[in-house]
Amino acid sequence: MRPLLQWLLVAGLTFAGIAHSQAIEPLPFKNHAEEVRFQHLTGQLRCLVCQNESLADSNAELARDLRLDVFQQMQHGKSDAQIKQYLVARYSDFVLYDPPLKPDTWLLWFGPLLILFGGAVVVAVAIRKRNRDGVSVEAPPIDNGDDW
Amino acid sequence: MSRLLPFLGFMLLAGLFGFGIWWNTQHDPREVPSPLINKPAPAFNLPRLDDPTQTVSKASLLGKPYLLNVFASWCVACAEEHPTLMAEGSQLGILLLGYDYKDDPGDAKNWLREHGNPYGEVITDRSGRTAIDFGVYGAPESFLIDAKGVIRYKHIGPLTPEVIAKKLQPAIAALKKETP
Repeated sequence: MRPLLQWLLVAGLTFAGIAHSQAIEPLPFKNHAEEVRFQHLTGQLRCLVCQNESLADSNAELARDLRLDVFQQMQHGKSDAQIKQYLVARYSDFVLYDPPLKPDTWLLWFGPLLILFGGAVVVAVAIRKRNRDGVSVEAPPIDNGDDW
Repeated sequence: MSRLLPFLGFMLLAGLFGFGIWWNTQHDPREVPSPLINKPAPAFNLPRLDDPTQTVSKASLLGKPYLLNVFASWCVACAEEHPTLMAEGSQLGILLLGYDYKDDPGDAKNWLREHGNPYGEVITDRSGRTAIDFGVYGAPESFLIDAKGVIRYKHIGPLTPEVIAKKLQPAIAALKKETP
């Protein structure tokens, strides 16, 4: 009787474990540090299918495959940079949420600065013009409708 | 002039807004250009759908250009694309290689029986592992691979008669000129 009970208990726990693993698809991390590294890395990668979701968050089929792929590469001792390089070679820079600084992306990185600079020039010119025209800020120019 | 300035600013923003709308009608914002264009196709060795004991590899296909078409029986857009392949696939003048992506072989066979089989050959990638090497992120996708095994053109999404006439046929014609 006792062995049967034990066996049932073990079997029950095993099946419960399988059912559970299918539900949440856990990866067999060696330790907590590895899991943290995995979550951090996949959080920086974009899912190609649901493009507003990271690889870590996405429930898409491809994201699941890529997570497994990233995990296996980690097991093989690949660095984060190597794994990113692997994905970029296949899916382009698009997989990176943080675009790398290179000639193609200069406009993206420095465009805002350019616009800020443009705005500064406009302001500087406007101030200069006012000073030259001898008009103070308190007294706006009388509009005689000439500019219409 | 200074009175016109706010109006001009508004027109500028409105123009930018209109341009954005126009741009999105011309481009699919979800489309990710492949970094693999003009690079060697990844090596693959995959079982045939009709006979899984036989495999087709990149090496075995060298020497002739072919169009690798990623499809699946579960893929809605592939069913949309299928009539075009049925009508024009045989007129491409190159091998049309079906790439059954993350699919049950039985489902794929039924699907091809139901819709017709435009492919010269069909290979299966059940795990989707090799598709990652190709940078596949959604079926259907089509890769034009030349006689040296280099990817020359990729189309993401369903092939339409328009895409075939305007993009694919010229790309195939260019290949034919290179390797008579």
